[in-house]
Amino acid sequence: MKFHSPTSFAEAVVLAQNSEGVLRYLAGGTDVLVQMRAGIVTPDELIDLKKIPGVFDITRTAEGGWTIGVGVSGAQLGAHAELCADWPGVVDGMELVGSTQVQGRATLVGNLCNGSPAADSVPGMVAAGATVSITGPEGDRILAIEDIPAGPGRTNLTKGEMITAINLPPRGENGGDCYLRFIPRTEMDIAVVGCAVNLRLDGDTITEARVSLGAVAPTVLLVQDAADAIIGTTLDDEAVANLMAAASAACNPISDKRGTIEFRTDVAGVLAKRAAKFAYARAKGEVIKGTHL
Amino acid sequence: MSKIHVQTIVNRDPVEFLADPRETLLDCLRDHLGLTGSKEGCGTGDCGACSVTVDGTLISSCLMLGVEAGGKSIETIEGMAQGEDLHPLQRKFIEHAAFQCGYCTPGILVAAKNLLEKNPSPTETEVRYWLAGNLCRCTGYDKIIRAVMDAAEEMRGAA
Ligand SMILES: Cc1cc2nc3c(=O)[nH]c(=O)nc-3n(C[C@H](O)[C@H](O)[C@H](O)COP(=O)(O)OP(=O)(O)OC[C@H]3O[C@@H](n4cnc5c(N)ncnc54)[C@H](O)[C@@H]3O)c2cc1C
Ligand code: FES
Ligand code: FES
Repeated sequence: MKFHSPTSFAEAVVLAQNSEGVLRYLAGGTDVLVQMRAGIVTPDELIDLKKIPGVFDITRTAEGGWTIGVGVSGAQLGAHAELCADWPGVVDGMELVGSTQVQGRATLVGNLCNGSPAADSVPGMVAAGATVSITGPEGDRILAIEDIPAGPGRTNLTKGEMITAINLPPRGENGGDCYLRFIPRTEMDIAVVGCAVNLRLDGDTITEARVSLGAVAPTVLLVQDAADAIIGTTLDDEAVANLMAAASAACNPISDKRGTIEFRTDVAGVLAKRAAKFAYARAKGEVIKGTHL
Repeated sequence: MSKIHVQTIVNRDPVEFLADPRETLLDCLRDHLGLTGSKEGCGTGDCGACSVTVDGTLISSCLMLGVEAGGKSIETIEGMAQGEDLHPLQRKFIEHAAFQCGYCTPGILVAAKNLLEKNPSPTETEVRYWLAGNLCRCTGYDKIIRAVMDAAEEMRGAA
């Protein structure tokens, strides 16, 4: 295995473009090293991106959004008070990943690019309307988070391409988000279902919403029907019932030891309801602690 | 396989070693530096027996490559006692009989010390969540939690 630690993305792109065999990028390594150890993926070349200046930065943009570097760990996100205040659902999703020790290393970009349908930080980023900045041999481009996963373990990045940053939009007024997952224990498990809701209010009425589901299809889903069910409503009982039905209808899950198709489909609706209520309360200015401490 | 020369700081001492890029930091600590206090329970991030801190952040050393350690400051269980003087957490683990086989103990001590540096008065729930990635096959956890709470109290008194 060849190990590279480039000091610029331009250098990393040349290395990636000329790489032979299996290539992996090293962010926190909490997926890559486990897969190496288990013999699932044995990279021929490993490119560590953490020597590139700026990859550990969390920066407020001129428009009021956020740029998050590709080396930023869950622990760093959780310690950033302003970011937590703006996007508690996004941060909470990342903080649910693994243990304190895993949090010390694991990144949003790694969680996204590992391509697990159950990746905990991805629904929150999708609901937030986040994007990724990409660089590669053909130049730079920006893609929505939901356009990155191509299927379990696969992304739509082409050879030599890599993500240089995650971009969160400005939170803006009267907005709130939330991510919830169901696991059989309280810690250290893979989501059976995950759901994120992000919405904005005008008075009591929802004017914008995005709903995303994890672990119920080959990729994380952005569910427009579920958002439409609550836009223009005050999240009254009828709107909630329509939201639950739309979330369940979007599911295309598998049965495995963690949950059956029926269970996952049902829980998707329940989590959508709860996440929407928390997001609504946050949009009203209530401070609601995340599900994670 | 070409090895890479790594210079780093372990328990406040500068050290250097030659690492195969596939070796984890845990492999390097144990096999190149002779620091066998950090244990391998799983090798896949699940058990916490290999816990160390890198630049003050708690990590599993089985999930970091040795070649990534260059220029960092690493703290392991071997750096916890000051000579013959045990750290309060180590003393409280003995007092409360918070271990049996002891395999998990170095990792739990390193993790608990890191918690108390960040939060000197954690609640029991906070201690349990912080240590959720440290598995113990023997004690049933209760004595570990009590030892950490007691050590925290003593350290607050001493401060
Ligand atoms: C004990 C344990 C518990 C876990 N629990 C959870 C959990 O509860 N929920 C969950 O979702 N996950 C969990 N995980 C999985 C893992 O921790 C997360 O997916 C993590 O976010 C991965 O991030 P990383 O930085 O470590 O990625 P890495 O392992 O460094 O990389 C992962 C993938 O992303 C690619 N990649 C990295 N950076 C880039 C880039 N800039 N551009 C393009 N591709 C890139 C790599 O090539 C690789 O394929 C757990 C892992 C462990 C070991
Ligand atoms: S050996 Fe590293 S977490 Fe188990
Ligand atoms: S004392 Fe034996 S594993 Fe904890």
